[in-house]
Amino acid sequence: MESLIQNFFNLEVYASVFPYLLKGLWTTVWLSALVIPLGAAAGLLLALGYTQSTRRAVRWSIVGYIDFFRAFPPLVLLILIYFGGPFLGIELGKVSAVALAFVLNNASYYAEVFRAGLEGVVKGQMEAARSTGLTRAQALRHVVIPQAVRNVLPDLVGNSIEIVKLTSIASVVAIPELLRNARDAQSLVYNPSPVMLAAFMYLALLWPLTRWLGRLEHRRARR
Amino acid sequence: MTAGDSGFLFTFFNLAVAKQYWPVIASGALVTVGVGVAVVITGTALGLVLALLRALGRRALSLPIVAFADIMRSLPPLVVLIVLYFGLPALGMPLSAFAVTWVSLSLVLAAYAEESIWAGISATPAGQLEAARSTGMRWWQAMRWVVLPQALRRAVPPLTNRVISITKNTALGSVVALNEILNNAQGASSYAGNPTPLMMASLAYLVVFLPLVVFSRWLEQHWQRR
Repeated sequence: MESLIQNFFNLEVYASVFPYLLKGLWTTVWLSALVIPLGAAAGLLLALGYTQSTRRAVRWSIVGYIDFFRAFPPLVLLILIYFGGPFLGIELGKVSAVALAFVLNNASYYAEVFRAGLEGVVKGQMEAARSTGLTRAQALRHVVIPQAVRNVLPDLVGNSIEIVKLTSIASVVAIPELLRNARDAQSLVYNPSPVMLAAFMYLALLWPLTRWLGRLEHRRARR
Repeated sequence: MTAGDSGFLFTFFNLAVAKQYWPVIASGALVTVGVGVAVVITGTALGLVLALLRALGRRALSLPIVAFADIMRSLPPLVVLIVLYFGLPALGMPLSAFAVTWVSLSLVLAAYAEESIWAGISATPAGQLEAARSTGMRWWQAMRWVVLPQALRRAVPPLTNRVISITKNTALGSVVALNEILNNAQGASSYAGNPTPLMMASLAYLVVFLPLVVFSRWLEQHWQRR
């Protein structure tokens, strides 16, 4: 018991590393705020390409892209970009490398979600919108996409939560986000309590969102 | 050095390097598949047990289960892994990198599996259980033969996607020096001063996971049409 408190819930350590971890939490938040919209936008474009194009080559290459990145571990992608890039003469900064890896990876997940949403909107919606004189782009923008988003809102939220969690792998390339700062603090005080405190901070950030997601899913199940 | 030596192929697809290091990548692939299979088995089994316990409808059981599922779904898997890896030795329970990766990812998968299976159970109309009970079946018999088959059918497609994304996370084991694909490739890459082993690792991941992704796509399209 003594050892448990000493190593996991050491209040003295908590107090001394708290400001440093809070800084890390802030980095986690802005990193997420950077990569989530980029990934979602790219995913929406892919999904539109898939659902709107009649060309086989386009549809197949989009499916190929999605499946490729669903099979490829994001950490491997990040390391490939970060450590492999310089061999090509592409010296990306840490943040750019993370952003690139995340967008490539997340676009495929968001694309799957948006595709399901777009396919769930019945054809008549597009046809009716076009018959009122809207162009195809306008019909998509004002009629089809809003309904598609509404259909898959829980999946979009769930995917975004996964991305916030995934930012923890940025610690591997030394971006000072929450986990990285916790691990630095851990090696400094020689005690795993900072990592535990980081876990609490992740919980404080994400548990409410996970609960909200549960409610969204529940509401959809009853519709 | 000729012009070709410094070229793209020489850097990323260097045959000499590939020849030297492929056994390292292959042994890493075995570890990746080994941990992955172990995680899938224990994770889904634990998730199933938790969902069944929750279905009993006792508050004292379901509250801790819901809390467990929420926590494991809110924490980054890498954080779970690191907490266990550095925390357990402090408690006098040092585990190998393999065991820690296995346990951490199993806990994470169990949380998601519990949620999917529980969602399947709650989506099955209550009348199913009642009707089965009225034929004289016990609660667990009705659950086993009537409710669960329907619930699992609903749970399988979302669960396959989850299984893939969590088994991909075995790459996180490289952070605690588990000798899986990524870890071995990084070692070989810095040893050789050449990124070819990383390319081999990428290929190895695709060989392992692409069939699973294609299978899950097929499953999604054909599963519920029966």
